[in-house]
Amino acid sequence: MTPKQQRTDLMVIADMVAEGARVLDIGCENGDLLHILTRDKNVDGRGMELSQEGVNACVARGLAVIQGDAEFALRDYPDRAFDYVILSQTLQAMSKPADVLEQMLRIGKRAIVSFPNFAYWRVRMYLALRGRMPVTEELSYAWYETPNTHFCTILDFVELSASKGYVIEKAVAFDDKGRHHFHGELGWRANLFAQNALFLLRKD
Amino acid sequence: MNVEQVGNVGERVEFPAEAALTLDCGVALSPLTIAYQTYGELNASKSNAILVCHALTGDQHVANTHPMTGKPGWWRFMVGPGAPIDTNRFFVICMNCLGGCMGTTGPTSINPGTQKPYNLDFPAVTIRDMVRAQAMLLDHLGIDELFCVLGGSMGGMQVLQWAAIYPERVFSAIPIATAARHSAQNIAFHEVGRQAIMADSNWHSGNYAERGVTPAKGLAVARMTAHITYLSEPNLHHKFGRNLQDREKISYGFDADFQIESYLRHQGITFVDRFDANSYLYMTRAMDYFDLGSDYNGVLADAFRKSRARFCLVSFSGDWLFPTSEMKQILHALNACAANVSFVEIESNKGHDSFLLEEPEMFNVLRGFLDAAAKARGVR
Repeated sequence: MTPKQQRTDLMVIADMVAEGARVLDIGCENGDLLHILTRDKNVDGRGMELSQEGVNACVARGLAVIQGDAEFALRDYPDRAFDYVILSQTLQAMSKPADVLEQMLRIGKRAIVSFPNFAYWRVRMYLALRGRMPVTEELSYAWYETPNTHFCTILDFVELSASKGYVIEKAVAFDDKGRHHFHGELGWRANLFAQNALFLLRKD
Repeated sequence: MNVEQVGNVGERVEFPAEAALTLDCGVALSPLTIAYQTYGELNASKSNAILVCHALTGDQHVANTHPMTGKPGWWRFMVGPGAPIDTNRFFVICMNCLGGCMGTTGPTSINPGTQKPYNLDFPAVTIRDMVRAQAMLLDHLGIDELFCVLGGSMGGMQVLQWAAIYPERVFSAIPIATAARHSAQNIAFHEVGRQAIMADSNWHSGNYAERGVTPAKGLAVARMTAHITYLSEPNLHHKFGRNLQDREKISYGFDADFQIESYLRHQGITFVDRFDANSYLYMTRAMDYFDLGSDYNGVLADAFRKSRARFCLVSFSGDWLFPTSEMKQILHALNACAANVSFVEIESNKGHDSFLLEEPEMFNVLRGFLDAAAKARGVR
């Protein structure tokens, strides 16, 4: 993800979070989102980050962050401990994405998930025309070194949510210029033209 | 109540007989004296008090020259004007622990029943007893809530105990290089130290003072053993390797041929000048008995259920006495209550003692944590 896209992603997420909420940001990296949410939305924010270096930097910024792997560490938390559990651009790097989603919706009243859409037309064209695994500015790793082991498309995600009984409260999809292209129910057009998607989920 | 300035111990409060402290072992301890040091000024709203809890062989002289050894304070890098715990901003208190030998009531104190030093008649104390004594002093100082309570090792155990039994009095807590229960290996090392003291013919079942002797050799060996556990193999290798001490070749004898031997002997000898052997027995025992989860039916998380504190856990990668895995047990328990917790592991090969050293990354982390907490608490 380019810095600009990342910024867009964070701003869209920040918009979705209610004032003063309890938030857990999984894979919070250097804490930019938590910082924005604390500053602008006065949230009670926590972060989880895999790299110890990232954790230490976050804590030095005054953020409440722990080192942890979401695939294991989410199990520690009690049910509905947070208003929002956020996973920004990391779902595709999880070894068991569905389990992580399930945990997120157990410990959070709502989950916010964003990911790169593998059905974006440029990605499709790359594979179709070159016959090689797509390497783009957005998805910049070669197949043998990518941490992204579980790519999905917008339609895939919508289908998973339906099969698990998750309610999609909001969905936003946008392209590489950071313009919001699609809101509401995301269908084949978003799946083709949007580079990134972001979902606000709940489980009743 | 009597408050006086005493040369060796800074400030001191003597609690009268009616203010006895009932210990976990059932004994009502009185009179109780608490020796302590303070740094900085308590603000008008009394919201800027930080309690520093010292480790096994530490004392209240955190940031001033030690009155007995003449050495600078044991945490001078951490506490002082402009330091991470900035005494221009915070009011810092450190008390000599219950059972200690630097002015607070302990085995060297006079037993009111016999008018002689307690020695081994002193009741066994626990970490919880130490914390209750600390709370008595805070009551005396009129401080309801601590802005922060922090400490490493045995001090970290006290921090956890504070959060558990006085949840309403702790705004933030920083347990460093510690554990929620003392491990079997750590108890084992302590037992070696205690047995060394007791094996010294000058120990006299603890009644050495009236005979005008000290079990210095035993205490020195205890310190030497313990000191090894505070360091790390890479650190020892880096500092000493197999280097010889003031000689060209080995002596084929039992002199201190190696630098590491000479270093350890020095650590042992200097320790006995400032620490009481019986006190060492009591303090190590208090750590051994510490098992916070067992006070809550084995569910450590239940110890923290009522806490609203912000926690910052700090461990060191090269610490094998209180390894990161022990700190992670505390983290699991805090997460199980969805507590506000940060957890950092500082990269260091200097072993358990890292928390006492100049570790810029630890300082950065703690500055950030304390700044954010101060903002939330409205402390300028």
